Amino acid sequence: MAQDSNNGYRTATIAVLVDNEPGILARVVGLFSGRGYNIDSLTVAAVEDNGQRSRINIVTSGTEMVIEQIKAQLDRLVPVHRVSDLSKDGPHLAREMMMIKIICPHQDGGGGNRAEALRLADAFRARVVDASTESFVFEMTGATDKLDAFVELMRPLGLAEVSRTGVAAIARGTRVI
Amino acid sequence: MTDAAHPPAHPVIPTASGAEILLRALKDQGVDVIFGYPGGSVLPIYDALFNQNAIRHILVRHEQAAVHAAEGYARSTGRVGVVLVTSGPGATNAVTGLADALLDSIPIVCLTGQVPTHLIGNDAFQEADTTGITRPATKHNYLVKRSGDLARIIHEAFYVARSGRPGPVVIDLPKDILIGKAPYTPPAETPHRSYRPRTEPDTALIARAVAMLKSARRPMIYTGGGVINAGPAASAALARFVHKTGFPCTNTLMGLGAFPASDPQFLGMLGMHGTYEANLAMHGCDVLLNVGARFDDRVTGRLNAFSPDSRKIHIDIDPSSINKNVPVELPIVGDAGRALEALLAAWDADPTPVDRPAIATWWRQIDTWRGNNCLRFTQPHEPGSIIKPQYAIQRLYELTRAVKQDIFITTEVGQHQMWAAQYFKFEQPNHWMTSGGLGTMGYGLPAAMGVQIAHPDALVIDIAGEASILMNIQEMGTLSQYRLPVKVFILNNEYMGMVRQWQELLHGSRYSESYSAALPDFVKLADAYGAVGLRAKSVDELDGVIREMLACDRTVIADIAVDPKENCYPMIPSGAAHNEMILGSESAGGVAGVTDEGKVLV
Repeated sequence: MAQDSNNGYRTATIAVLVDNEPGILARVVGLFSGRGYNIDSLTVAAVEDNGQRSRINIVTSGTEMVIEQIKAQLDRLVPVHRVSDLSKDGPHLAREMMMIKIICPHQDGGGGNRAEALRLADAFRARVVDASTESFVFEMTGATDKLDAFVELMRPLGLAEVSRTGVAAIARGTRVI
Repeated sequence: MTDAAHPPAHPVIPTASGAEILLRALKDQGVDVIFGYPGGSVLPIYDALFNQNAIRHILVRHEQAAVHAAEGYARSTGRVGVVLVTSGPGATNAVTGLADALLDSIPIVCLTGQVPTHLIGNDAFQEADTTGITRPATKHNYLVKRSGDLARIIHEAFYVARSGRPGPVVIDLPKDILIGKAPYTPPAETPHRSYRPRTEPDTALIARAVAMLKSARRPMIYTGGGVINAGPAASAALARFVHKTGFPCTNTLMGLGAFPASDPQFLGMLGMHGTYEANLAMHGCDVLLNVGARFDDRVTGRLNAFSPDSRKIHIDIDPSSINKNVPVELPIVGDAGRALEALLAAWDADPTPVDRPAIATWWRQIDTWRGNNCLRFTQPHEPGSIIKPQYAIQRLYELTRAVKQDIFITTEVGQHQMWAAQYFKFEQPNHWMTSGGLGTMGYGLPAAMGVQIAHPDALVIDIAGEASILMNIQEMGTLSQYRLPVKVFILNNEYMGMVRQWQELLHGSRYSESYSAALPDFVKLADAYGAVGLRAKSVDELDGVIREMLACDRTVIADIAVDPKENCYPMIPSGAAHNEMILGSESAGGVAGVTDEGKVLV
């Protein structure tokens, strides 16, 4: 392990602007696996220049020295234009979207669960995007911990499946990548 | 044909094949030689090579050797080495060479054949996912999918290979791209859209570095391959800076030759098999200036005991090399040569005097360490005495002093490599080629081949071990074909010596699989390849064999039988600190104290 004077372990949200070329995602992911870094969440989509450039948002964790190393390693990849440590450079917004399926049939006394799931969904501002007599799918957008909390609340009510996008993040104010 | 004076009103319809465009781009990049091996998917390139004379092709006997040869060419000239191999096994055989060039930061462009685009992913004959396989073994790689991108990608690959921290770049070329017509575009004059490494150091940081260095009482300058890669002018600037400051200087294995070994301010190589004085000065210094080295584990020893009392300055062109292993107080990103020039200017601009009395005391301390004479060995001189490997290198060095030619040394990997680094003194950069980072046995012979191609009149010696040399021995055929008068100087101790040494020191002398059984007769082997074979079995035969080798204008294998029990010292055992180094077998008992944690390290 690297010697580290600052043993503080932190989570970092890093945004990377890259050329949208074949293999770029493999390069980034290979860098993390090859050097033993963590990936807590990763999202990627074309964002500008008519799809010529993509933005990768990575949530990772490690000591300060490791996170600085991750940024330097990303920055020296040839197709990488910019690397921004959103969680360090200033205030930022980080959101993910989730679709969550609850199976709670109306029969067999599940009606209470259905009502409770709807009430909680309302409190969390989750939207019902699919409903049947036996199930709901809620759509929800928010910070990772809010989504985590909703998943935990749904668990006893018939939680069946979760699909999450991972974090998309952007700096507050006028700062751009 | 278009008339230059009357450019066509419409875009030129490409008339040349992809293979012809490829060669034209290589020519525009100044390429004069390619190391390669043909195969089905690259036949169009070989056809185009057949029809021209500007680029020479050197036919190797194995693709790994093509990359090492290109590395030797690149390291001895400062130019980009070029490799051409076929798809599938051609590309996979080249991977070791690519990984070697990546770890040692050597600029290489490797052209690999690929099955035609419509067959990619079909498990076609000789298909491999070359860009996938080589991604972690290259600085960057490309798969050319459109003819229109071909010329641009080739120019870009050369730019990426040589810019910033240099490295190997692969261009994967599907056969249909090589056969189909492609347009030509000259090298771009605009900066690369995303890859623009910083070369100019920040002047404020340079001024701070000078202030730190001037306040030093026990300063130390530690430089690596970055100074070599920055060109001969960087080495000259280093020498000026070291002389101006009066500070001691050490080089890494990769950095040897950047500072003249004969200079009294040179403390020798540092690290696992570095000198006592270099390592203790690293341990005891109060300000450490690192230029173009990367605090490699071979250099630092146990990290938490590495140079514990020093304030550290690290100059590197690669920001990811800074604060990777060792946290430093002052990181400076930039080219080693530019940074050294900036340091020289800032040194003169800063009126603060250095603490001369303190530095004189520091030199007295260093001289006490030097007095230990850590590289001493005892060579019995009675006729018939067995040759000590250190003595063989020392005599090789001494007898080459009379040679008028430029001298280049390559090595394989192991004990002989460390002895070569310790006993052969390098006065100038780019004359020492060794596999430092990856530690690739079999590197030296093909690297020597590449050096000799670049410097036909030079004396090129591969200092080898009998085990390493067999890893790419097939290249004797290449040497023979091109009449390359490389000298192969084998320290034959009949063991994988470094493996044997570790087994002796760390594994209870259980020499598991480290004996070189069934060795060939190297003299006969030389003969079989049309080379000259020589042998020295005892100390009285050594000088004669070396003289005969140096006088011979053909390829020579000199098989030097050396003491099989000799170990390479000084040595910092794995997991130990610089000040815990072992000076010789008499103090090797201390190695028994290596912890399991230390044993885990290689």
